[in-house]
Amino acid sequence: MEVGLSHYLVVSTALFALGIYGVVTRKNAVMVLMGIELILNAANINFVAFSRYGNFGLEGQVMALFVIVLAAAEAAIALAIVLNIYKTFHHVNIDEIEDLKE
Amino acid sequence: MDQLTLISLSIAILFLPLLGFIVVILFGKRFEKLYMFEVGVITLTFLLSALLLVVKLTSYIDDKIQYAFTWIDFGNVPLIGSMQIDLGINIDNVTAIMLVVVNLISMLVHIFSIAYMKGDKRYNRYFAYLGIFTFSMLGIVITHNLLMMYIFWELVGLSSYLLIGFWYEKKSASDAAKKAFIVNRIGDIGFFLGILILFTHYKTFTFDTIFAQIAAGNLPFDSTGWLTAAGILIFMGAVGKSAQFPLHVWLPDAMEGPTPVSALIHAATMVAAGVYLVARIFVMLTADAMLVIAVVGGFTSFIAATIALTQNDIKKVLAYSTVSQLGYMVMSLGVGAYAFAFFHLVTHAFFKACLFLGSGSVIHAMHHEQDISEMGGLRKKLPITYYTFLISTLAISGVPLTSGFLSKDGILAGTWAFGSLTGHWLIPIFGFVVALMTAFYMFRLVILTFHGSPRNREKYDHTHESPFVMVMPLVVLSVLSIFIWYSPLPHDSEAGWFLSDWVRTPATVVPAEASFDFMISDNAANANHHITHSAKYTDAMHRIHYPAMILSEIMAGLGILLAFAMYQWRKIDPDKIADKFRGLYRFSLYKWYIDELYDEVFIKPTLTLSSANAWFDNKIIDGVVNGSAKITVFLSAISGWIDKYIVDGFVNFTALLSGFIGIIFRKLQTGKVQTYIVLVVFSVLILIFIISPF
Amino acid sequence: MNGFPLLTFLTFIPVVGMVIILMLPKEKTSFIKYTTLAATGIQVVLSAAMMINYNYGAGGVFEQASFQFIEKFRWIEIAGLSWLGTVKIDYFMGVDGISAPMVLLTSIVAFIATISSWNISHSLKGYFALFLLLDTGMMGVFVSLDFFLFYVFWELMLLPMYFLIGIWGGPRKEYAAIKFFIYTLFGSVFMLLVMIGLYFSAVETLADGSQVFTFNMLALMDSANYTADGILSPFNPANLRFIAYIALFVGFAIKIPMFPFHTWLPDAHVEAPTPISVILAGVLLKMGTYGILRISYPMFPEITRDLMWYIALFGMINIIYGALCAMAQRDFKKLIAYSSISHMGYVMLGMASLSTTGINGAILQMFNHGTITSMLFLLVGVIYDRAHTRGLNDFGGLATQMPVYTGFVTVAFFAAIGLPGLSGWVSEALVFVGSFGVELIRVLAMISTLGILLGAGYMLWTLQRVYLGKLNEKWKELTDLDGREYAMLVPLTIIIITLGIYPSLALDIMNTSVNTLVDLITTSAPKFLLSGM
Repeated sequence: MEVGLSHYLVVSTALFALGIYGVVTRKNAVMVLMGIELILNAANINFVAFSRYGNFGLEGQVMALFVIVLAAAEAAIALAIVLNIYKTFHHVNIDEIEDLKE
Repeated sequence: MDQLTLISLSIAILFLPLLGFIVVILFGKRFEKLYMFEVGVITLTFLLSALLLVVKLTSYIDDKIQYAFTWIDFGNVPLIGSMQIDLGINIDNVTAIMLVVVNLISMLVHIFSIAYMKGDKRYNRYFAYLGIFTFSMLGIVITHNLLMMYIFWELVGLSSYLLIGFWYEKKSASDAAKKAFIVNRIGDIGFFLGILILFTHYKTFTFDTIFAQIAAGNLPFDSTGWLTAAGILIFMGAVGKSAQFPLHVWLPDAMEGPTPVSALIHAATMVAAGVYLVARIFVMLTADAMLVIAVVGGFTSFIAATIALTQNDIKKVLAYSTVSQLGYMVMSLGVGAYAFAFFHLVTHAFFKACLFLGSGSVIHAMHHEQDISEMGGLRKKLPITYYTFLISTLAISGVPLTSGFLSKDGILAGTWAFGSLTGHWLIPIFGFVVALMTAFYMFRLVILTFHGSPRNREKYDHTHESPFVMVMPLVVLSVLSIFIWYSPLPHDSEAGWFLSDWVRTPATVVPAEASFDFMISDNAANANHHITHSAKYTDAMHRIHYPAMILSEIMAGLGILLAFAMYQWRKIDPDKIADKFRGLYRFSLYKWYIDELYDEVFIKPTLTLSSANAWFDNKIIDGVVNGSAKITVFLSAISGWIDKYIVDGFVNFTALLSGFIGIIFRKLQTGKVQTYIVLVVFSVLILIFIISPF
Repeated sequence: MNGFPLLTFLTFIPVVGMVIILMLPKEKTSFIKYTTLAATGIQVVLSAAMMINYNYGAGGVFEQASFQFIEKFRWIEIAGLSWLGTVKIDYFMGVDGISAPMVLLTSIVAFIATISSWNISHSLKGYFALFLLLDTGMMGVFVSLDFFLFYVFWELMLLPMYFLIGIWGGPRKEYAAIKFFIYTLFGSVFMLLVMIGLYFSAVETLADGSQVFTFNMLALMDSANYTADGILSPFNPANLRFIAYIALFVGFAIKIPMFPFHTWLPDAHVEAPTPISVILAGVLLKMGTYGILRISYPMFPEITRDLMWYIALFGMINIIYGALCAMAQRDFKKLIAYSSISHMGYVMLGMASLSTTGINGAILQMFNHGTITSMLFLLVGVIYDRAHTRGLNDFGGLATQMPVYTGFVTVAFFAAIGLPGLSGWVSEALVFVGSFGVELIRVLAMISTLGILLGAGYMLWTLQRVYLGKLNEKWKELTDLDGREYAMLVPLTIIIITLGIYPSLALDIMNTSVNTLVDLITTSAPKFLLSGM
């Protein structure tokens, strides 16, 4: 069985769904972040897959690299925020962090 | 002495007393003896005016010496042309005589006051006031135009106000001063309106110019009615100042002033100003105006004489006798006996000043007791005062050999002639009845004061004759009340230089149809006669001269006899008569209730009106203003309400609505990213299903 | 004096003083006072210089050439505003015989009011700054010959007056200040409307031949300048000149103040501090009558002629009504305020006669009332400072305790009564001579003479209640006048006596102009006669 585009897409869809599930269900901020990473990686798989099977040249790969770098940066900043939140609230439960609501 | 010198002389006479006033009022506080400066100034003024009279009568007996300057120049007035107001002086014989009379009496009063006012805390100021009074009075005498007459007229009012209210700590004194000023003002308004009639038409205030215009047939607004009106209105000024009915009420109250002031102002000079004024405008009086003047004068002299009969205050009796005698003079002018009116003015000035100063001497001696029921028998204690007082009383009663006899006789003859020529008999009746009453009440005064035995022994014992400076003026004035100064013949005033050479009746300028026929000049009679201008009047006067004289003597004699019978010999009990005619007695004692009447009719309504007016102003006019403010505030409150609840309400409703919607939808707005993401995912899924091609 | 902008200096010297005061720290109280004194003193000197160089023969009124000390240059110029056209407004000042006495009066009264302000106790800096601003406003009103400029000064004077009464006044100061402000503003609005109406009704031909709408008063006095269809043009058959006249008159009448618009005056006077009362009575009231003479009369001569009876009627009402109200007062200041109303009635009566004597008398009465009433208010101030009460029945016998003061009181009272020899009488007499001389208003003049009597009544009654009689023991400690009080009373007394004895000193200034004005109103305005249609 030849591995084709659809397989890649199925994997990325599954990954995306898992990521969404993680983001939506987890109360721990770190877990949410991990969900976001999954979503980003799902997107990366899509980029690479379309780059390989479509007529797009290398743009897909380049975009994937960008996303990886961005994800790293985002993770760094987000973790820093989470650390700060932890320092302030002594937990990272996002349901209870609503001081900026009003 | 040329005319220019005379003019400068008269100007010096006019302004010297003013100088005295200014110096004393400004520096009187610093220099205690400064009053002597005022006395000196007035003496100098008197000497200068005597000199003026002598020069005038010797060198310029028929001349009118005049000097005028432009006071206000209105330039070229549209529709009228050049217009200016001149002020100036006029010296004729009447002026020159008046100057001497005023200054002489003023000087004597100054001297008298040195002793009388001794010890007063405002001694210097008193003399200053006398100075400004003399200045004002001289101004009235010396002027050649109506405006200046009015100016000094009011200034006399001011000095009278100051002097009546000199002892202003007494309420009665300040009341009397105020009353005098205000009552005089009523007359002055008439005077002023009269002047305005003349000025409006002639554009000048100068007597001679106005008279010349009238003589040329140019009447005010081309009607004799206006001429009569002008005459009567100007006469109103005299009614005020000369205390004629109905404005006589101020004079008796004016006795609140120091007694020498009463002598100077309220007996001899100021009150004579009214008579002088009427004499000045005499030539322009129409028949109607003269009749009004005669009736007013006659009625005044009657009313005042009746009141004088029962008064017990020595000064009040003299005050009413003054009113009565002034009425005589005014009546005399009204009947056309111009020269006699002026003559009586002069003689009355001397004997009335003497009477008042005499009463001052008595009051001074009695330590300010004025009630004659507390006196009696003072003849022995005050011999000089008594004899001078008696001479003056004889003069005022018109007893032969006195000056009063000469002048009064002329006036009575004039009224009788007037009665016979016009049929207005009421006026001579007034005249003769008053002659009787005058003799009676004056002798009542003399007897009650000086004769009999003292009724208040304690006061009597403390009295003593006044010092020389007070007695000397009395002697001078009583000597001047003897006939010889005026006429060589004691029974015939016309033989005297006063009437034959000095004072001439001016010819009327009123058109013939508006004048009494006997006032119109006819040359035959006029040639060497100065009392009247027509043969008709002259004849009438001559025909009744002796009957009038006899009748007036009978009247005077009766009056004197009655006074002696009642108060000296006690043959008739005055109290019984008073009881018998209780109503009449009280009517006289309370001065015909005129003060009370005025109080009810004029003063109270005016005060009520003014309160009502103030109420109206405060509540209604200001009420409207404040009301409109309130209405504005009310309207703004309404509009504020509308704004708040309707306009703003709409705005708020919008906000409220959106808020309500917000409340509903905020349920969705949990603030949790995860919820949103779930929503997003579902929405995307839904969208995919909707737009999916399969 | 040629080329020296005298009137500008005269008007704006106080503003200079005000700027200096505003820059001073507020602790430097005496420096502030002396600055004010210097500013008003310079004003007196300048107005004296004006009188020295004054040409008595020049008429003024409507003719620019015979105005004196003219200053005229373009002030505001806005080109081409669609239908408005070009707006050109001049800075135009000058004096003639009608304004010169008022300029003189303003400078004298302001100077004396400054002396009288010496014992103002709180917020000196603000007080004197506002005082000087007020001074500028008053002076400006009297020298402006451009309606717009006139209006600016007219309104300028309102603001400082509001604060001067509202801050330094008596117990009900806020009420009085607001009443004064709103009442006067109410009048100004009418004036503004008429001003704008006149602006759009007349054109002025400029030097370059172009024609523009104008606020120039002198141009507005010449019927030749009016357009054919202007709303206030006499050539427009449907013109609104009559209504405009009434509106303008109401605007001025409030300031006079004329019955029934007078009730702000007693309140303002009672609450205002003494110097402000002096200014109010001495100068501000004159603006109403001045405005009528300067604006209503020459610009609407035909309506003036039609309405003279009514003006005289209101004059008469003022005289008698004011006097009756005065008689019922118990507050010294209120009494004088009502006597002011009565005395301003004489001004109106004189003006209404449209005769040389009457209008001369009216202007002289404006001047005399300015000095006499100022003096009366100062005199009330003197006892109020000492006794802190103004009740007429609270005193008695002050003549014994304060003889010199009572001497000044006597002079002022008798001047107010109209005693010959003092200035008040001359003007009253001329007013009566003028008004009696006109048949139409003769009866009104005759009724008005009652005012002389009532005046004597309430004044003498007051004199008696406050000064005569036994000394009330309560006032044994009162002291007589001090040097500062002499400094303010003596000059006024001298003016009052001098003008009483020789009124030509003042009459000669105004006479030529008055004749010109009378001529303009009564005879040589044939074009305005057309509009009687």
